[in-house]
Amino acid sequence: MKFSRGPIIPAICALAILIAPFTGLLPDYWITLFNYIGISSLVAIGLVLLTGVGGMTSFGQAAFVGFGAYTTAVLTTRFGISPWLTLPASLVVTMAVAGLIGAITVRLSGHYLPLGTIAWGIAFFYLFGNIDWLGAHDGLAGIPPLRVGTHPLIDPRDYFVVVWIAVVLAVIATQNLLGGRIGRAIRALRRSTRAAEAFGVNTAAAKLMVFVYAAMLAGLAGWLYAHFQRSVSPGPFGITAGTEYLLMAVLGGAGRVYGAILGAAGITFLRDQLQNFLPWLIGNTGNYETIAFGAVLVLILQTASSGVWPILFGPPPPPTPPEPRDDKPTPERTLPAPGTALLQVQDARKVFGGLVAVNDVNFDVQSGRIIGLIGPNGAGKSTTFNLITGVLPLSSGQIQFEGHALRTQTPQRAAALGLGRTFQHVEIVADMSVIENVALGAHLLGRAGPLRAMLRLDRAEEALLFANAKRQLDRVGLADVAFRPVGTLALGQLRLVEVARALCLNPVLLLLDEPAAGLRVGEKKALARLLREVRSEGLSVLLVEHDMDFVMSLADRLVVLDFGTRIAEGVPADIRQHPAVLEAYLGGVS
Amino acid sequence: MPGRSVAPHGPNYPLELSRRLVNLAAIKNRQRAGPFTFPENAPSGDRTGVDGTIFLFLLQDGIINGAVYALVAIATVLVFAVTRVILVPQGEFVAFTALTIAALENGNVPSTPWLLLALGCLAAASEMVRHASELTLRRVARIVLFDLALPVALLLLTRTLAPMKLGQAVNILLAIALITPMGPMIYRIAFEPIAHSSVLVLLMAAFGVHFSLTGLGLLFFGPEGTGTTPLSSASFSLGDLVVSGQSIAVLIVTAVLLVLFALFFGRTLLGKALRACSSNRVGARLVGIPISAAGQIAFALAALLGAVSGVLIGPLMTVFYDSGFLIGLKAFVAAILGGLVSYPLTVLAALGVGFAEALFSFWASNFKEVLVFTLIIPVLAWRSVYAPHAEETE
Repeated sequence: MKFSRGPIIPAICALAILIAPFTGLLPDYWITLFNYIGISSLVAIGLVLLTGVGGMTSFGQAAFVGFGAYTTAVLTTRFGISPWLTLPASLVVTMAVAGLIGAITVRLSGHYLPLGTIAWGIAFFYLFGNIDWLGAHDGLAGIPPLRVGTHPLIDPRDYFVVVWIAVVLAVIATQNLLGGRIGRAIRALRRSTRAAEAFGVNTAAAKLMVFVYAAMLAGLAGWLYAHFQRSVSPGPFGITAGTEYLLMAVLGGAGRVYGAILGAAGITFLRDQLQNFLPWLIGNTGNYETIAFGAVLVLILQTASSGVWPILFGPPPPPTPPEPRDDKPTPERTLPAPGTALLQVQDARKVFGGLVAVNDVNFDVQSGRIIGLIGPNGAGKSTTFNLITGVLPLSSGQIQFEGHALRTQTPQRAAALGLGRTFQHVEIVADMSVIENVALGAHLLGRAGPLRAMLRLDRAEEALLFANAKRQLDRVGLADVAFRPVGTLALGQLRLVEVARALCLNPVLLLLDEPAAGLRVGEKKALARLLREVRSEGLSVLLVEHDMDFVMSLADRLVVLDFGTRIAEGVPADIRQHPAVLEAYLGGVS
Repeated sequence: MPGRSVAPHGPNYPLELSRRLVNLAAIKNRQRAGPFTFPENAPSGDRTGVDGTIFLFLLQDGIINGAVYALVAIATVLVFAVTRVILVPQGEFVAFTALTIAALENGNVPSTPWLLLALGCLAAASEMVRHASELTLRRVARIVLFDLALPVALLLLTRTLAPMKLGQAVNILLAIALITPMGPMIYRIAFEPIAHSSVLVLLMAAFGVHFSLTGLGLLFFGPEGTGTTPLSSASFSLGDLVVSGQSIAVLIVTAVLLVLFALFFGRTLLGKALRACSSNRVGARLVGIPISAAGQIAFALAALLGAVSGVLIGPLMTVFYDSGFLIGLKAFVAAILGGLVSYPLTVLAALGVGFAEALFSFWASNFKEVLVFTLIIPVLAWRSVYAPHAEETE
């Protein structure tokens, strides 16, 4: 059941809810509930970014809410500082704590990450509860309300305004962040880390940034909570609350910012109604709401684990990138003169345990040339590729690129030097549009950081990046599907998207790993034409390919590997006749 | 549950303490740090240092706690390996067993059979609904037998036996019989329908089950905490150290169970099938090992191990309906330290956690939970650098 693909229905609902408290129709009770929904929404929005988009699951967000709440509680009750002044303090404290914890936590891989968050989530709960200065288990009471002038914001209706202004700002900032250059990097974190790194994204820093951002939203929620509740105690900052926040994000639809609000509303209502309704239904002993809450949680996971928002409102709308302007092209790289040595692979060696995958391989790539790297399966082509692009470290030997030794090569450094690559197994961000995927390739051409993106000061730069992406899509012939979700494309088209993305980097050397696999004949011809065109512009191409017709017709020189060793090098015509090559491919003639 | 105000210790608490802490001069009942603390976390009056006796005492304590954690942790590892579920509610089996035994010791009929019956009805209903189109007579018979007839039979048995006060052995066996079937039932209700989901979804479902079970625990067992009679009331001196018979019993039972476990996984076809499931799910399916059955067996074993842990821990501490959470989590710390794969490492880690807890509760009893759970972070960081896990998280 889908109501509408557009934003109309959610927008009307949102407007109705935001106006409702001021019509006088709603009792205070409901408005208080709305306030709690707003406060939880902030945490859930952070989690959507962290878990749904960034792929980092945190059960410990409640602890950051606690840091925000306790900071303002201590400053206002013990030092008499005005509540508005404690807001930056709350944010700074959560930022500092999140920075410290995040530095360790976000490096955790796989399911160790959620487990780690459970651990520190519990540890902080006990920490809050055992520091006498923080009121131990009783917490701190008597927190002053927020004031506008001399008017205290105690009435839930007044506070409603503050809470929902914060929520609206958070939604806008988060959407802006996700729409920008850093946002694309974040969206690639979950399933396409390799692609993000290959285009210069410092994934560790991006993860930490998301982690801190989510924590700061939680800290803001904590600050709002403390001044609404007017007291703090460790209870609401434990692992149960942390799980609830996560559930809100998942229920709403992990990855959807508005879904977080829907999820927060759903869970808050549910818990509240269960608390009111169940004792009336069954009697007053036992905490039925806990039982029911757990049961509902399991049921939701069993029936709608991708969240309610996508079910109601369908997939996300296509992006609205800024109007590309062709008048100001992105700065071109100055390419080396054709024929000069660009990439020099000298005695490159890679050993996995006892297996020598690449055995002292030597070859050069001159600029303005297409070099084909061929060999039977298991010859070490992809490993060589990974050595050049910095995915794997060399065991010994040397690789030089424009005179820079790539001894301590990282994928990010390779990207910065102008090595643009594609992947043998397509690495795209499935839930982004085609043009955004291509624009990810231009990551290093932009400068805008998260703050500029949130304030939407990155539009001019974005227009430039998108114009570049559009141009590359034109070149590979995919301009007409630019705004389609990339997941709807066929494999052959995805390979071309990868080529466009690599071109978007403004590369000096294009490294293509089996670009023709899965392409139809017409598409292969178009790709060959494109690569010749690229070569005529002075770019170089290193091509790993199994399609012999394709590679023979295209390459200026071929390097043949077998069992990790270079067995031949030369122009295609010679390679066709080379006895060692024939033996490697066809078996020896005895 | 976090944040719940803390109930007073059970009636047997002072007695228990005086028996166990003979060598510590000043016994101070500190404010409790969480839903439960071990009685031995009452530190001596002066905290200037740890002399030999105290160290030995802490070591003994640590080893005993650690042995119990080891059993629970082994169950956690087993369940994770076979089903990828991080079984947060594992501790509930422990607490419910101790509470059941306590009720039986007082000659009362525990509510456990009713809980079992409720779970049985749910499991039956959920299987009937989900597999409505493929219900064979055999399947219905199995559901009726296992989910309805077994709980009813156990209910009748409990009602008959409980007033007779037949003694400790009967109580323990009855409690284990009541708790163990809960494992597979819970698996079928909550986890089987989402068996192929990500670790994260399974983990959240595990939290859901934990919430529900804790609520059910309060409903069926009430808010009071109790302890159970020690397996052995004998004690002997080793120098300055008094070693209780209970400690020895804990160690013997744990050791025997661990050996049985090793034999089960190393020597039997069923054990090997479970190992196959854990190392390669798809492969195991292809060679004809039914995944659902493997999951149920893993959960049954987990419940069984939980029940035995409950038998062992009942006399050592005051157990409340929600005590299981922290026991489970500490075992879980051990399981993670063991990498969620290695049984011997897990046992070592559990002993380490037990000892660390004993040390922390002596030095900084208020912060012992903080410290125990912080232990995990550097280990996790180290593991993800040197033993990277390729598995996805979403």
